[in-house]
Amino acid sequence: MNRFTLFRWVLLGEWRAHPVQAVVAIIAIALGVALGFSIHLINTAAFNEFSAASRNLSGQSDLQVRGKQVMFDESLFPILAAYAGVELANPILELDVAILGERDGKKNNTLKIIGLDMFRAVMISPDLMGVPTESKPLDGLSDDAIFLSPAAMEWLQMKQGDALQFNVGTQTITLRVAGGLVRARAGQRIAVMDIGVAQWRFKHLGLLSRIELKLLPGVNRDTFKAKLAEKLGKQYFVTEIAEQAARVANMSRAYRVNLNMLALVALFTGAFLVFSTQALSVIRRRHQFALLRVMGLTRQKLLRQIILEGAMLGVAGSLMGLILGYVIAVMALHFFGGDLGGGFFPGVKPSIHFSPLAAIIFFVMGLGVTLLGSAIPAWEAACAKPAAALKSGSEEAAVSKLATLWPAIICLSLAIVLTQLPPIFELPIFGYLAVVLLLVGGIALMPRLSALFFSFLLRAKKHNIAGAESTLVLARLANVPNQASIALGGILASFSLMVAMAIMVTSFRVSVDDWLTHVLPADLYVRVASSGGKGGFRLEEQKALAALPGFTRIDFFRTLPLILDPRRPEITLIARPIDMVDPSNTLPMTNDMIAPVLLPQDVMPIWVSEAMVDLYGYTVGKRVTLPVGKASHEFLVAGIWRDYGRQFGAVQMQLADYQWVSGDQSINTVALWLQAGATPALAKSTLQYLPFGKALEISQSGEIRKLSLEIFDRSFAVTYVLEMVAVMIGLMGVAASFSAQTLARTKEFGMLRHIGVMRRQILMMLAAEGGLLTALGIVLGFVLGWSISLILVFIVNPQSFHWTMQLHLPWGLLTIVAGIMLVTAALTALVAGRHAVSGRAVRAVREDW
Amino acid sequence: MLELRHVNKTYTNGQKVLSDLSYTLKADEYVAIMGDSGVGKSTLLNLIAGLDTPDSGEVILDGVTMSSLNDDAATRLRREAFGFVFQAFHVLPHLTLSQNIALPLLLNKRSTERVAHILAAVGLHGRGHNFPRQLSGGELQRIAIARALVHSPKLILADEPTGNLDPDTAHDVLMLMRAEIKANNASGIIVTHSQAAAATADHVLLLTKEGLHSTALNHNA
Repeated sequence: MNRFTLFRWVLLGEWRAHPVQAVVAIIAIALGVALGFSIHLINTAAFNEFSAASRNLSGQSDLQVRGKQVMFDESLFPILAAYAGVELANPILELDVAILGERDGKKNNTLKIIGLDMFRAVMISPDLMGVPTESKPLDGLSDDAIFLSPAAMEWLQMKQGDALQFNVGTQTITLRVAGGLVRARAGQRIAVMDIGVAQWRFKHLGLLSRIELKLLPGVNRDTFKAKLAEKLGKQYFVTEIAEQAARVANMSRAYRVNLNMLALVALFTGAFLVFSTQALSVIRRRHQFALLRVMGLTRQKLLRQIILEGAMLGVAGSLMGLILGYVIAVMALHFFGGDLGGGFFPGVKPSIHFSPLAAIIFFVMGLGVTLLGSAIPAWEAACAKPAAALKSGSEEAAVSKLATLWPAIICLSLAIVLTQLPPIFELPIFGYLAVVLLLVGGIALMPRLSALFFSFLLRAKKHNIAGAESTLVLARLANVPNQASIALGGILASFSLMVAMAIMVTSFRVSVDDWLTHVLPADLYVRVASSGGKGGFRLEEQKALAALPGFTRIDFFRTLPLILDPRRPEITLIARPIDMVDPSNTLPMTNDMIAPVLLPQDVMPIWVSEAMVDLYGYTVGKRVTLPVGKASHEFLVAGIWRDYGRQFGAVQMQLADYQWVSGDQSINTVALWLQAGATPALAKSTLQYLPFGKALEISQSGEIRKLSLEIFDRSFAVTYVLEMVAVMIGLMGVAASFSAQTLARTKEFGMLRHIGVMRRQILMMLAAEGGLLTALGIVLGFVLGWSISLILVFIVNPQSFHWTMQLHLPWGLLTIVAGIMLVTAALTALVAGRHAVSGRAVRAVREDW
Repeated sequence: MLELRHVNKTYTNGQKVLSDLSYTLKADEYVAIMGDSGVGKSTLLNLIAGLDTPDSGEVILDGVTMSSLNDDAATRLRREAFGFVFQAFHVLPHLTLSQNIALPLLLNKRSTERVAHILAAVGLHGRGHNFPRQLSGGELQRIAIARALVHSPKLILADEPTGNLDPDTAHDVLMLMRAEIKANNASGIIVTHSQAAAATADHVLLLTKEGLHSTALNHNA
């Protein structure tokens, strides 16, 4: 016998008596921890692998020089090679080049090709050296040789000696696979070739992507970097590996954080379930605890007893969750790869590494929410006066504090305040906090609202004397609202979050659909493969296209990437004809714009996406400098447009303006409007008859829209899975709570059976109670979910992804889910009730002690 | 009114509790049943109420054999013809006192007008809107008695109705119960260990392994 004997007896006694409640709570915590942990492991593994692959391309250089445009003139190379303090300068041409034909059932595949000076690269990036066959040791300099990484060979199903074909503009280029690489990361699809050959074959003569610098020993890197940046001027960036890493991290950060937050919803729902399990357990054992207190158990020991009971659930659930999460992560990576649908980590093949720190964090989170869920019931039980607690019928008093209004009002008020605060580190931290507070506040209001609503129903029913069942049902719901509301905590949390997510995703989808209609007004879109910021269509090809019959209008588009901040991903510059009478005829404008008639004549206008405002401060009316052409030019921000295609920013300008400042006459995309009566099929065959027709990628706007929405749905598939799990945990909570409450009411049912209430009447009462309570929960959950969706749509999304959308409610989906939940909850109550009334009524009214 | 004919009952664990028990309770009769613990007093009440069935023999209420009724029919009969008073009161905490008392009337689809009258009769006039948590043990048992009598049942079954009450309160409650049973022309069976409680009945029966026997009370007890 030791100090833990009583703890063990009380705990095991409770678990033996109500094993299902304990198991359900453990499963809920385990699922929550497992989802969060697995998503974290997958994202971390994919991100680390992606970052490592990016670092691998940069080798062991100290600094890198890049242009603000993705390509710059190679005349800089000899200057840097001879620059004081530079030990070695390594020129690089990096291109994503289109591969001929389909791969994995998809067209438009590209392969990253690194053009290297083999003699210099061996000093900085030895891993990227090609490995020729012994019979052809000079293949590294051959004008048709390309070296593939193992992952690229496997993906392309190529071996040494095979011919690999690429599309460059309207031409096809064939290269010979000369061998593999010294070393490449698993899943890293890259190819390496001589830089001179790459410049020539891929039509980038005289251009470089970057120059890597290795400094002489003793040279201060920071000082050197600052002086070189000053010397090179605004057209170039001098960066370090860390900035490259930050850029890679920035690309997927918002996506990763949002997915992690979504995964934690299940854990959050689990916390409510633990709360309801513990609260009902404390209510059930109120007499037992009071007796122990009377017999001399101190308040502190009782508090410790209940907290420790919760902790045991938390420890068991969290440990199970960690194991389950690891297994899920390994299986998900095995079957689906590292990209969870967001498209941020294409091609990488990461492997899961068990991170003790992450495991500890998720364990603490699992345990933390369990302790949080146990704290209020434990505190109440410890504070209860034993004499009052021993009195029959005092159970509702045990949770009466739940009906206190001020915590709910504080939470809701704080949530409103937080919605007004800006993002922190470009993440909607306050937005997420507002969602949590709104949920907690909304759920805390439930007992009071429940009491008000059902009291009203009971009073309205007073004049109708018929129906003992309805009196019993409504009286219980009206007068024992706290216990009833406990059952609904989990379901209210999961349902309202599901409503919020459904509204957000639908709003986003409808907005994207509308946006696609706006940005794809033409009947056909024609592209050729382009790389490295080069336009694919030359001037004579544009003329041939413009001369084609059967089209009422042909627009040319020039799209190219620009780097405005080396720590951020590239923005996209789109030059095209824009309606100067009303730009919103061309662009999906927000209301923020300068009327064309008011535009000054001394500066060229640009229209920027919403991300440009958030990330670069490009507000309407501001004069900004963009690196277009060989120098930077000043432009005026004339309006803001909505862009769901480019999260990191995009700028649109008149094609004529672009061509004037850059001298670049090439274009990437052609939009074609069919003449009346012309069919897309006929137009396609006309286009394919052109001399370069075979190189054209021709798409109908409907096909692009369909493909875009498919990608959208795929990227949100994982969110649906996470929401489903949260709803399942919520329903488990309802089942556990109803079951616990029904068991606690066996004496009531026994008495009712004595005085003439039939078994089926009791079951109907329970189903009605479950149904009515869930119906109220659904209505409140809808209001709460709608409120949360406003935060998601108007705060979290714009702050995370820098785009706004219009609110659209998926009434059909919500009605179906509400119906399913209503029926499920009523059936759950019914099943729980069957168990409670299955015992002999005579046993139920026998006194316990 | 109530007839027990050669009733036998053995628990599932093999323990025989009632053996060839026969007795006839007349209308308006109020009897107390005493006996040692485990002799089968509560089991006998359950057999009478149709909540349990005898292994052999019959329990007949106004010509109806209880064991011939299915669960629904027995429940309906219990609803109309019986009133119950329990040791632990079993008053529903989420119903007001009026609602608790009105339950049998609602179940029988009858007017609830009589609730106020019976509430006054048990000394709780004007407290119909109170909840059970606001009442003492004695007051709760008064509510239980009011609930047992409100629909004018033929037979009141009370199992240790004063087991949880102090002697003074118990006496008040017992006298009230007797008075109300008599005022409502009902019959009553009270199962008790208390001689004081038994003394409020018309007759006292002693239940032993041999059966039910009339007994005289030790009024000195």
